[in-house]
Amino acid sequence: MQSQAEAKYMDQEVKHTQQSEFVSFTVAGQAFCLKITQIREIRRWAPVTILPHAPSDVLGVMNLRGAVIPIYDLAARFGLQQTEASERNVVIVVAVHGKPVGLLAESVSEIISINPEEIQETPPVDSRSTMEYIQGIISHHETMVRIINLDAVISAPEQVL
Amino acid sequence: MSGSIQDTFFEECQELLEAMDEGLTAVEGGDHDPEVVNAVFRAVHSIKGGAGAFGLDELVAFAHKFETVFDEVRSNKLSLDPKLIQLLLRCSDHLSDLVAVARDGGSTNEEHHDVLIASLAEYLGDEEEEELTFAPMGLGGPSVDLPLDDESEKTYEIRFRPLKEMFGTGNEPFFLFQTLAGLGELKVSLDESELPGFDAMDMAESYLAWDLTVTTTEPRSQIEAVFEFVEGLCELSIGSDTDEEDDAAAIAALDAAFASPGDAPETETPAPFEAPAPAVETPVVESKPAEKAETSQAETTKKEQRGPKPTLRVELERVDRLINAVGELIINHSMLAQQIANLNVPDMRDVETELEGFKNLARDIQEGVMSIRAQPVKPLFQRMARIVREASSATGKTCKLVNEGENTEVDKTVIERLSDPLTHILRNAVDHGIEKPEDREAAGKPKHGEIRLSASHRSGSVCIEVKDDGAGVNRPRVKQIAIEKGLIPENAELTDAEIDNILFMPGFSTAKEVSNLSGRGVGMDVVKNAVTGLGGRINVSSNPGKGSTFTIILPLTLAVMDGMVVSVAGQTMVVPITSIVETMRGSDDMINSLGADGTLLSIRGHFVPICDVGAALGLARPDDQPPGVYLLVETETGQRSALAVDDIHDQRQVVIKSLDGVCGNVPGVAAATILGDGKIAMIMDPESIISAGGGAGFDLERSMNNAVAS
Repeated sequence: MQSQAEAKYMDQEVKHTQQSEFVSFTVAGQAFCLKITQIREIRRWAPVTILPHAPSDVLGVMNLRGAVIPIYDLAARFGLQQTEASERNVVIVVAVHGKPVGLLAESVSEIISINPEEIQETPPVDSRSTMEYIQGIISHHETMVRIINLDAVISAPEQVL
Repeated sequence: MSGSIQDTFFEECQELLEAMDEGLTAVEGGDHDPEVVNAVFRAVHSIKGGAGAFGLDELVAFAHKFETVFDEVRSNKLSLDPKLIQLLLRCSDHLSDLVAVARDGGSTNEEHHDVLIASLAEYLGDEEEEELTFAPMGLGGPSVDLPLDDESEKTYEIRFRPLKEMFGTGNEPFFLFQTLAGLGELKVSLDESELPGFDAMDMAESYLAWDLTVTTTEPRSQIEAVFEFVEGLCELSIGSDTDEEDDAAAIAALDAAFASPGDAPETETPAPFEAPAPAVETPVVESKPAEKAETSQAETTKKEQRGPKPTLRVELERVDRLINAVGELIINHSMLAQQIANLNVPDMRDVETELEGFKNLARDIQEGVMSIRAQPVKPLFQRMARIVREASSATGKTCKLVNEGENTEVDKTVIERLSDPLTHILRNAVDHGIEKPEDREAAGKPKHGEIRLSASHRSGSVCIEVKDDGAGVNRPRVKQIAIEKGLIPENAELTDAEIDNILFMPGFSTAKEVSNLSGRGVGMDVVKNAVTGLGGRINVSSNPGKGSTFTIILPLTLAVMDGMVVSVAGQTMVVPITSIVETMRGSDDMINSLGADGTLLSIRGHFVPICDVGAALGLARPDDQPPGVYLLVETETGQRSALAVDDIHDQRQVVIKSLDGVCGNVPGVAAATILGDGKIAMIMDPESIISAGGGAGFDLERSMNNAVAS
C-alpha cells in the first residue's frame, strides 16, 4: 500500500518537474498566456508618453525605474479591438532580445501549470499573422488559452505596410 | 590572467606612447632639455621591456633600435638636428603602429618598417657594431683584459630583491644581470631562503633575492644605472669593497671593544676569515634604509618634476552605472519635492531647507561623476599631429600643427567620437586648404603652412576650432561643382556663408582626382553627421587667401542638458535651450498668412515662418485652441523659424535618455528624459521638426520595428 502511494507521489513529483508554468491574461476578451520565465514584472497601467509618428499599436513609452521602455497594445497588435487603457489594465513587462518591452493587457488571470504534451498545435487559420503570433493553444478549464510567440509579436513588421 | 596583464601592458603602452609623443613634440619645438630626452627614452625603453615580456619580437627589435639612437642623443653623441627629429617622429608613429598591431593584430607596412630601421641604423653607424660584439662578451663571462686595470678595479656587493611590482611591469632580472656581466666579472648567487612551501606560495608574490658580486673598473654610477629602470620596484643595496674595508675595520674595532671583558677569546681567532662575511651583510642591512629613503626621496622629487598626478584606472562601465544612478537620484529628488509640495503641510520651511540641501548634494555628486568622465583633449590633439604629419608628407606640403587649449576637458565619449571627424577636417585642411610651398611663397606667406587646432569652453559648451592659413574656400569653384553635381540649381543666388556650407552637403567633393588622402568619396557631410550625432554643430568660415576656420560646438556632456519644458498638444516636451534664441507670447495680429497654408510671424519688422510642433509631430490637439507661444530658433545655416507650442512651464537640467533600441530614430525627437513626476518627456530636435514642418511623410513604423528586431 505504502509503496504504491509513494510511487504515486513520486510520479506526481516527476510530472511536476516536467510541467511548465504560464501566466494567463485577457486581451480584448480573449485568453492569452506567456511562459512565466518570459515575464519580468506586471505593473498597473499608468498613462504613457506618446511617441510621435508611432504606429497605432505602439502606445508610447514608459519610465521603468529610469529606463525608457516602449509599450505595445497587444489587442491592436493582434488586429483585435484596441484596448481602452484604464487603471484596471495591466502592463506586462517582458524581455525581447534582452530589451524590456511593455505589453498592455486587459487583466491578468492566473498561473497555469501544464505538461508540455498538453500544448496543442495551432489549428490552421487563414490569417498568416495569427499563425505566426500564436505558438500553440492550451485547453484549460474548458477555455482555450493562446500561447503567444513573443519574438514574432514584437519583431514582426506590421502587416499593413 | 595573462590576458589581463597584457591588457595592462597595452594600457600602459598607450600612456607611454602619449608621453613619448609629448616629449618628441617638445623636442621638435626646440626644447632639448635632457630631462625631456630622458623621458622619451624611458618611455621607449619601458615599451620595449614590456613587449619583451610578452614576446612581441618585432616591437622589441624596433623599440631597441629607436632606444639606442635615443641613448646616443642622451649621451650627447648625436645632436638633435631637424632631420633626426623628423626621423624620430616618424619612428614614434611607427612604434605606435607596431603597438596597435601587437594589440589588435594585422600587419604594418614592411617597407616603411625597413626604411625606418635603415635610417636609424645610419645614425648608429659603427656604434651598433660595437654593441653587437658587446653582448656575447658579457655572456662569455670573465674578460681577459680586465685584470690589466687591476688598480682601479673595484668589487661591488649588490643585494637585489625584486618586489612583485617589478615583475608586474615586465622587467626581467636576467637582463639586468646580463648588463652587469657586461660591466665586468659577475658572480650571482640566488637567495631562496624566503621561498615558502609549494602550497603556501602566492604565485603573484616575489620571494627570490640575489646576491651579486661585480668586479669592474666602471664607476659606481654605472652599476646604479643598470638598475635605473627598476628603481622603486626592488630592494636594492650596492656596497663596494672599499666601504666594506672601512666597515670591517669599524666592526673589528667594535668587536675589540666588546671583546675586552675577555669572553670567548677562542672565537676571536677565526675572526679575520669570518669578518668579511658578516661585514658584507652588515653594510647591506645598514645601507638598506638609507638607500630606500634615498630612492623614495628621488621618486618624490621625480614625481614633482614630471607632474603626473596619481591616477586610478576604473572600468568605464562602472562610471556609467554611477552616472545612471546619479541621474536617478536627481529625478528622485524632484519627485520627492513634488510630492511634499502636494502634501499641503502648513509649515514646510524645515523640510524645504533640507530638500534644498539634498538637491545641492545631488548636483555636487552629479558634477563630480561627470568630471570623472571628462578628459583633457590632449591625447586626441597629439594624435592629430601625426595625421597632419602624414598628410603633409603625402601631399608634399609642409605644415605644422599648433595645439591650443589641450587641457580643455570634454566627455570621454565626445573625445572618442571626435577623432574621426577631426582627422577628416585636418586631412582636408592639408590637402585642400594649405597651398603648395611654391604657391605660398608666391602669395607672400611663409613656406610652412600652419594649422591651429584649439579647444576652449564657451558657456556650457566646448568649442573646437581648426584654423588653417591656406587659400580659403574657393567659392566660385565650390559653387561650380555644386551646380555640376546638381546639388544646387544653376541660377541659385548664394551668400558667401551659404557657399561655404555647401562643403557639408552630401555628395559634395572638390577633389579633381581621388588623392591618397582626402577625397575618397567620403565628404564633409560625414563630418557634419558625426558632429550633429554628438549634439553639436559645425560651421565653416573662410577668408579667401587667408585661410578657413572650421568651428565645432559641442555640448559639455552627453548625459545632461538644459532644456525648456513646454507643452505641445497635451504632451510635455523639452526643447534644448541651446537652440532657442528667443521666446514670446504671440497675438493674432503678429501672424500673417502666406499662400495657402504658410504662416509667418512678424517680429520687430521681420517675418519668420511658423512651424506648428504639434502638427509636425502628428499629435492631435485635444481642443482647437491654437498654440499661443512661439520659440524662436535658429538653424545651423542661420535660418530662423518660430516653433509654435502651447505653453512654457519651466527651464531645467534634464538627464538625457537615449531612445536607441526603444524605437529607433523618431523624426523630430532627439531623445527622451524623465521629468520630476516620473513621466517621460520627449526632447525635441528643432532642426528636424522644422525640416519636417511641411508635413513630409515619416516612416516610423519601419524604423520602430527595425529597432526592436535588432
